[in-house]
Amino acid sequence: MIELAFWVLTLVIIGAAVAVVLLRDIFRAALLLILCFFAVAGIYITLNADFLAAVQVLIYAGAIGILLIFAIMLTRNLKEGSPFSKLNIPALFIALLVLATIVGVVVSTDWTTVTEVPNAVTMPIDESTTGYIAKALFDSNEGFVLPFEIASVLLLAALIGAIVLVRDRS
Amino acid sequence: MNVGLEHYLILSAVLFSIGLYGALAKRNAVVILMCIELMLNAVNITMVAFSRYLVPDVVILTGQVFAIFIMTVAAAEAAVGLAIIIAIYRSRNNVDVEQSDLMKG
Repeated sequence: MIELAFWVLTLVIIGAAVAVVLLRDIFRAALLLILCFFAVAGIYITLNADFLAAVQVLIYAGAIGILLIFAIMLTRNLKEGSPFSKLNIPALFIALLVLATIVGVVVSTDWTTVTEVPNAVTMPIDESTTGYIAKALFDSNEGFVLPFEIASVLLLAALIGAIVLVRDRS
Repeated sequence: MNVGLEHYLILSAVLFSIGLYGALAKRNAVVILMCIELMLNAVNITMVAFSRYLVPDVVILTGQVFAIFIMTVAAAEAAVGLAIIIAIYRSRNNVDVEQSDLMKG
């Protein structure tokens, strides 16, 4: 069952991603990108990450998707669409090189050597992750409290920066 | 056929390469930002796959916490990036990255 879900979701993700790059209509590309985000949420569910799947749907498919569609509406240039630049062939070459390198490393590495991870919160599989993620984020010994606070400062800076950038100067 | 860590890593590598190709080869700035989001999603899949499969029969939550931080940074990046694109569109009336060469020497 997990296998079938994985292969279907993989087909949807790769098909939607290729369409995002190849389509000339930016609006359709954005809609297919949102479909790709939903399929990635499904991949998270097959990986026993239910909380992340919900966050993926809320933040990526919801917030970032709407933001992208707003930006397309505000900057739409129907005649031009989304053409390729003159770097098309070198870019394809570089992307294939990166793909070959990563796949070669993944296939030739033995991933079964790790048997325990010290100083990390762990949980048994097939349980809800939400409580364990709270422990992993906020635990005073093995948590990520300082990065969490820095992330909130980053979001505040991004909020103010976005307002300052699009504000009418006159 | 049993799905394991390698399958997820190769899926994420393919998704990353598609995003990289799009980010390098497209001219519309909004589409480039969309391709960067694809690349960030590929990295997130890698993080979550390692958190599930690195040690058998146990989930290491560190990978999922990292994925949450990546999503936070991606949301901030999308907001600021789209604000910059809209500011460029206001002053130059297009979002073509090949014509945005004011700082070219």
